Amino acid sequence: MSRKKARMDVKAGFGLAALAGALLGTAAPAAAYTVYVTNEKGNSVSVIDTTTLTVTGTWKTGRRPRGVTVSKDGKELFVCASDDDRVDVLDTATGKTLRSLRSGPDPEQFILGPDGNPLYVANEDDSQVTVIDIEKNKVLAEIPVGVEPEGMGLSPDGKILVNTSETTNMAHFIDTTTHQIVDNVLVDARPRFAEFTSDGKTLWVSAEVGGTISIIDVETRKVTRKITFKIPGVTDEAIQPVGVRITKDGTKAFVALGPANRVAVVNAKTFEVEKYLPVGQRVWQLAFTPDQKLLFSTNGSSNDVSVIDVEAGKVVKSIAVGLLPWGVASSPN
Amino acid sequence: MHASSRSLLALAIAAASAGLVPMPVAAQETSAQESKGQGAASPAAAPGDTHIGLIYRPQPAPSSYDAEAVPDDEGVAGARMAVRDNNTTGRFTKQTYALDEVALTPEQGRDAAVAAARDLASRGIRYLVLALPAAEVLAVADAVKGEGVTVFNTAAPDDALRGAECRANVFHVVPSRAMQTDALAQFFTLMRWRKMFLIVGPNEADGLYADAFRKSAKKFSLKINSEKPWTFGPLARARGDTPTRAEAMVFTRGLDYDLAVVADEANDWGDYVPFRTVDPRPVAGTQGLIATTWHPTLETWGAAQAQNRFRRQAGRLMRPLDYQAWAAVRTVGEAATQKKTADPAVLVPYFADPAFGLPAYKGVSLSYRPWDHQLRQPIVVAQAKAMVTVAPEQGFIHQRTPLDTLGVDQPETTCKLR
Repeated sequence: MSRKKARMDVKAGFGLAALAGALLGTAAPAAAYTVYVTNEKGNSVSVIDTTTLTVTGTWKTGRRPRGVTVSKDGKELFVCASDDDRVDVLDTATGKTLRSLRSGPDPEQFILGPDGNPLYVANEDDSQVTVIDIEKNKVLAEIPVGVEPEGMGLSPDGKILVNTSETTNMAHFIDTTTHQIVDNVLVDARPRFAEFTSDGKTLWVSAEVGGTISIIDVETRKVTRKITFKIPGVTDEAIQPVGVRITKDGTKAFVALGPANRVAVVNAKTFEVEKYLPVGQRVWQLAFTPDQKLLFSTNGSSNDVSVIDVEAGKVVKSIAVGLLPWGVASSPN
Repeated sequence: MHASSRSLLALAIAAASAGLVPMPVAAQETSAQESKGQGAASPAAAPGDTHIGLIYRPQPAPSSYDAEAVPDDEGVAGARMAVRDNNTTGRFTKQTYALDEVALTPEQGRDAAVAAARDLASRGIRYLVLALPAAEVLAVADAVKGEGVTVFNTAAPDDALRGAECRANVFHVVPSRAMQTDALAQFFTLMRWRKMFLIVGPNEADGLYADAFRKSAKKFSLKINSEKPWTFGPLARARGDTPTRAEAMVFTRGLDYDLAVVADEANDWGDYVPFRTVDPRPVAGTQGLIATTWHPTLETWGAAQAQNRFRRQAGRLMRPLDYQAWAAVRTVGEAATQKKTADPAVLVPYFADPAFGLPAYKGVSLSYRPWDHQLRQPIVVAQAKAMVTVAPEQGFIHQRTPLDTLGVDQPETTCKLR
């Protein structure tokens, strides 16, 4: 008890000092966004203001909320309520649930099309990807994929959807026009996340049990490189890559390393790991603010999120949220 | 031979061919039931199909109410789930799998098991999953060795099978007794519970479990202060009929110990001991705090998905034997995916290759030890209602992998694979 408190105090102190420095050093004030965090065991969403870096609200959701995303206009929040087999749509002005989408069973992660519709959903317990028209609440297609589909990446032009299946260990490349699988790329064990670079040429896929990131050339669909991680004092088994985010300018990637309690900063040009940022415990998902000044990480075991200053490559604050934080998304404005 | 042979064909294939039509869950379950009811269907081996044989002996139904009755599909339900998982992946690799199940009756002994194995081998089956005792595992392995058949042992924890009696064509998914007792001993060391009171049941298996625990105690510097045989009969099974027996309670009197370790693999009396010791002491071993591969409260590392998928398919909770049979069948599927072939000549050597890893809801990839073909794996340490810890404990280090702090390590092995 006392040890935990001491640790948090140290972190908070460090955070405040760094935050003050960041604020003083910034010429133009950072834009104000809202960041939403799903709490898998809290059945809620924590709402964070990015100017004050405080929780301003906690909204009720369906059971086992995991994947989360925001509509293009910022007015609606989509939350996978995995154990209720639906996607809840919340009003971001009030936090009230407006409606629920027919997501198919056990939705875990999803991604919105570049125009804000449709929504591509990974149905973890059902080995399929469901495509939903969110305006008509209509299922457009169900695409059979591997066992335990999870990670969902979409090419910037919206033409190629990539789903990773955790037990089949593949990245499935899906044509979003025909809804057919066009290729399957074998990656390392338990792929959790797929992220395209902003030029659409390269795909990064994390492998939680394999401990690697596979870099896939999108055109040839070949794994061209694998990134591995080494942290002094941390066993290789504890290094479990999950969430991946790459800056729009394609220079830096951030990789959440699960129970290693670190976020790796990777040079996205050379694929060298530049440093490891200590965050909370069992870090899974990551999200930038749209200006890419801040990155938020969900730390499931310590029930908090860490806030990373992207430019400085530093953790500036940790914010307590609900039970078992899982997903994170930022408002567009 | 009265063994009924059943073939459960890939249901996931149907799902795949159904294309965009959502597959109703109820239909899946019905199909499983139907195929279970079928008679001796011989596997119509389609080219490219990998058939996996499974020989098991369902426990007879209890004569009256038994809260802890073993389901008659224990183990086989896990293998069925793994075949579905293999086929879901196989859609993308053009590999298909089928399970050929042979259920032995309680009257059918070792000879029937060997006959069933020979029959499966004669039909071209190259992988056999066995949920049988150690003597039958050896007899089957030796009988089919000439046919190039690989055997997966999912139920016999005997250290001898990984030692003097090891076989090159046998892979052990179930953790050895040594791994189980090492897992517990590591936790006791961590908790600084050093003084042990070992209670040993009357069965041969209990003696073997006690042997394993004595070795673990020595390895992790625990002290067995007292040791007594259990001589009061299956009091845990008697349950309500004999709530307390005075002599069974007082036999723990006047001893100096931190923890009682029970060796009762048949589940006859171990559950009688907790809360009935004269001094208030925790109980561990085969009951109380146990070492296991799977537990209803395991949900991290994606285990929740496996728990849900299993419950939906089998209509009950997943048990350790189900998990072990699942891991055996997935070993074949995973190796085939990684090597992009179904050829046993390629796959079998790969099982024990350091490059092979089986993701199996334990946070790390599992692999087979090359020196005795034991699956190295984290061990769940749990009480009835909660997971307590997962071995290896932090701080137990090994030059290869911390997983090798559990069980018999390469320098100590007496196994000569042949």
